Amino acid sequence: MPILAERGFLPSQPETGMDLSYSEKYRALQQEVRAFISANRAASPSAVGVRRKPDAKILAWQRLLVENGYAARTIPKTYGGFGAEPDVMEAAIIAEEFSRAGVASGIMSQGISMLVPTLLEVGTEEQRTRWIRPTILGETIWCQGYSEPGAGSDLANVQTKAVLDGNVFVVNGQKIWTSSAHYADWMFLLCRTEPDRPKHQGLSYLLLSMKTPGIEVRPLKTMTGKSTFNEVFFTDVRVPAHQIVMGRGDGWTVANITLKHERMMLGDANKFIHRVHRIRELMETTRIDGERLIDKPEWRDRLVRLQGEVMASKYHQMRLLTQAAKGDDAGLGRLVVKLYGTEMGYRLSGLAVDVYGAAGLAFDPHDDSEGGQDDAATAWHADHMYDLGLIIGGGSSQIQKNIISERGLGMPREPKTAATGTTKG
Amino acid sequence: MEFALTDEQRLLDDSLRGYLSRELTLDTLKATVKDGPGLSDSHWGALAELGLTGLIVPEEYGGSGLGVLDAAVAAEALGYHAAPVAFAGPCVMAPLAVQSMADAGQKADWLPRMAAGEMRVAVAFAADTGQTGVANVSLDDGKLTGRVDSVLDAAGATHVLVILPDGRAALAEVSGKGVTCALKPTLDRTRPLADVSFAGASVAILDASNDPAATVQGVRNAGRVMLAADTLGAAQAMLDKAVAYAMERVQFGRVVASFQAVKHMAAEMATELEPCRALVWFAAHAHDAIPEEAHLAACHAKAHLAEVGRHVQTKATEMHGGMGFTELMGLELWFKRISLDRHVLGGPERCRHEAAVAQGWVKSQA
Repeated sequence: MPILAERGFLPSQPETGMDLSYSEKYRALQQEVRAFISANRAASPSAVGVRRKPDAKILAWQRLLVENGYAARTIPKTYGGFGAEPDVMEAAIIAEEFSRAGVASGIMSQGISMLVPTLLEVGTEEQRTRWIRPTILGETIWCQGYSEPGAGSDLANVQTKAVLDGNVFVVNGQKIWTSSAHYADWMFLLCRTEPDRPKHQGLSYLLLSMKTPGIEVRPLKTMTGKSTFNEVFFTDVRVPAHQIVMGRGDGWTVANITLKHERMMLGDANKFIHRVHRIRELMETTRIDGERLIDKPEWRDRLVRLQGEVMASKYHQMRLLTQAAKGDDAGLGRLVVKLYGTEMGYRLSGLAVDVYGAAGLAFDPHDDSEGGQDDAATAWHADHMYDLGLIIGGGSSQIQKNIISERGLGMPREPKTAATGTTKG
Repeated sequence: MEFALTDEQRLLDDSLRGYLSRELTLDTLKATVKDGPGLSDSHWGALAELGLTGLIVPEEYGGSGLGVLDAAVAAEALGYHAAPVAFAGPCVMAPLAVQSMADAGQKADWLPRMAAGEMRVAVAFAADTGQTGVANVSLDDGKLTGRVDSVLDAAGATHVLVILPDGRAALAEVSGKGVTCALKPTLDRTRPLADVSFAGASVAILDASNDPAATVQGVRNAGRVMLAADTLGAAQAMLDKAVAYAMERVQFGRVVASFQAVKHMAAEMATELEPCRALVWFAAHAHDAIPEEAHLAACHAKAHLAEVGRHVQTKATEMHGGMGFTELMGLELWFKRISLDRHVLGGPERCRHEAAVAQGWVKSQA
């Protein structure tokens, strides 16, 4: 080897480069998870969605998962968790095994995914002790009080007011797009406590019971036919002042910690791999003019093309995991995950509803009542529309593109222009 | 689990990119491809000296004994700089084919010369090419007759290795009697294609593979991964150039990079392109270490990069406005490079079909 070797650039012995096998420790965990699943499969609920209040079976399953460390794995034991050291590889193995076996993984609620990590990061000892345990067990359901009619993508424009009256905040205003508010027990609320300070510095983050007098929840029926969203109105709602997270004026900081955790929720490649195979099975059983769709090249090509996108996201996730395990900042690679994952998910469910075709147009969604199961075609149509909701929510695709181009590619921010219309600045 | 490049692979990447940024300026590149066949002998010599020609040749034959993943890292760097050199054929597919198809004497004769860059071997698939055009040869009494169109990396080649329909291969000297290797004007001027024909040419036969069908598939997969990696590099270069241009170009009193319409185009390209890197790495790594997944991964990498390449070559050109449509900035060299990568060794539809076959999704071949 001429120049590269002389400069010491090339190794004298070839290395294996990547090593995609799990080490002994991880293989042991893999076996442990598989044994758990085969012993407890019967206890698994058919689905643990984010869209309904957990029933008794889901709660029992969640408790079993927490006890065994397959949910709330890294939450300290003091707060009811399993107390394992954070290890992204362990989390990936558990998710992969549950997904592969087709059993329900732990509850994915906003309380568990967003509020709990936020409290661990910036909550007081009292707040952690009081709320984390019931939240991870699924006994306390939270909703997120962020968006308002005038504060969507421009979240810092929140106008709901909280005025301190002795040792109580008095809240007045309105929230919208509030998922699960119609059955939630508590809310984490972003509101304006310092009206005289600049926009981002005037916010606070309060925790309040949904049973507090003065709260009115009006369901918003979505295009899926289900009421997963609500409007929430506050009229002189009194919240004890110690239920603030961090201090007055720190709400924007806390909200961003919470949102960081939301964006990590949305890019799991395992569920997309699972979807590809469900659609393949569907194409093997669905016929047009007597011929199976999987045998029609134009249909097969759509599926394989999407499979390629899914595989790219799977290996990209492995690359991000490796970077996270080393403590490296993945930069651009992390920023693209929400946009890539939600757009791809929408195309996958779009293919599924296309496979059902005309025969799948009998749309009959059940209500949100416990255990309400839709027929398969209706469920795919509902998923397809719900996937569009994921594109819009949690920082819309357009907001993601701003973030990617500004933070990832170093392009300038849009210049500020004077407000028009009724939006207050 | 570790899904990352090694320090050595990053050093290989850095040193190759360092060399190419210093030596292959846009002016040099334009001058190189202006009139002639494009492939630059001086750059070939330099790459041989850098060690790329022997990158995957085993150490016992004077090479570095590295893998297809290392080669993919190099291919991405070459694509990034639109380097006018032959890589996928003579540096990757040919040594792989010789290693698994040639007998001991042939290996001892050829591999050291290939590693040193003296033997430059283009690879021509006479069966299951996956690409359009003529590919039809026959072997009678040790003499080769017929024609293979659009052979990659034949410019400057000393030999052509023809993969025969029966799974054997035949090595012909380009200067030999009855061999014609005609370079043709090619869309991608950095890597012109050749139509190769044989009229009773004398050849050496390679027939030592234990599993000829798998060997041929493996060689073509490695070539496909190199073309996918080349597209990855070329598309990344086009995106970087588009962002840099938008940061300088002023309209309506502001740099156009501050308009959301422009920013969103760039973000969409980055979002599609960034996960491609892991797909290409995996496909290359599978060739080295996970043989049961190598074929499917190579098909997906080739097809997916072709589609993402199409998106990026289009939108990055649009981001340059009228300048992108001219030759002035040389952007068209990268555009055309991505186009060649898409069509050679099987376009995306063909590769996806093979992916479906590999998974048993196609009835007649399941």
